[in-house]
Amino acid sequence: MKDNDLRLDGNAAGGLLNEIFPFEMTAAEATCGGCGTMRPIGELILYRHGMGATLRCAGCDTALIRITHIRGCYRLDLSGMSCLRIAEDIH
Amino acid sequence: MAQQLKWQLGTVVEIRQETPKVKSLILDVPDWTTHLAGQHIDVRLTAEDGYQAQRSYSIASPPEDKYLMLTVERIEEGEVSPYLTDELRVGDRIELRGPIGGYFVWNPRDRKNEGSPLFLVAGGSGIAPLMAMIRHRTNSQNKVPTKLLYSSRSYDEVIFREELDRISANDSSLRVIHTLTRRQPQNWMSYERRIDRAMLAETTWQPAEKPIAFTCGPTALVETVANHLLELGYKPECIKTERFGPTGG
Repeated sequence: MKDNDLRLDGNAAGGLLNEIFPFEMTAAEATCGGCGTMRPIGELILYRHGMGATLRCAGCDTALIRITHIRGCYRLDLSGMSCLRIAEDIH
Repeated sequence: MAQQLKWQLGTVVEIRQETPKVKSLILDVPDWTTHLAGQHIDVRLTAEDGYQAQRSYSIASPPEDKYLMLTVERIEEGEVSPYLTDELRVGDRIELRGPIGGYFVWNPRDRKNEGSPLFLVAGGSGIAPLMAMIRHRTNSQNKVPTKLLYSSRSYDEVIFREELDRISANDSSLRVIHTLTRRQPQNWMSYERRIDRAMLAETTWQPAEKPIAFTCGPTALVETVANHLLELGYKPECIKTERFGPTGG
């Protein structure tokens, strides 16, 4: 299996993000701190692992959102993201 | 206002064998509110020792249906899909949460989408969320011009083949174009290769018609489609993608 095959996208992180944020997050727009591109979270590249997930820019591979969930605690590293725009209600 | 999703139980009321490797699970979820075409749910399985595995599955049923339909492809060595396709029986219950997603959704009531023709591109079981859109479009008598380009390995592996034939035969504004990548029946008149730029150029809407594209399937297919549609003049915000790796299982 190639590395490419392991990639999902941000759509699949919607449930996990909803554990933390009270909003629908796949349509929220994240601006990459690496290349400045703004994309909906649904379009980011998702890597899931046992303790959580990393969402990377589809253009430059910068890690925008790193989430771990361990022993009842969420830890978010958002340092790769310069801005996150969340609509209160999308529909 | 959005709210936190809760895990809930769905009861299997019917299982349909769609193709040799694909089954549809029809679920009764008593507290289900409603969903939008294209949304998905998370399914969680818990082993006796407490180990949990979780996967996302697109909803294939339209919002107006009483029951939820998940269409699941059995992935060899997958953690969740072999259980869902081999072990689950009518009457069993599974844990799920949803609906999830606001990006890969088609909501015909959204003004931004009004009148825009749809270009749907599916690979294999990536048809599921697009089928929710097609069924919703049919049920609501929406006539927005729609084309589905659907890549399957062989004729027998075309999921929802008869239903697609039936719907498109009764609706001149819906066109279904198949490509079969590995085996084709004799006298096959349509495409017989993987989706490429030339195929997209021949089948898609002109950018001037302001189409919206939804593409779902294996990562390589989705990236091929998205890149070529950009080159063919689609606006980036009008190409919605949903990838699943073979890890999806």
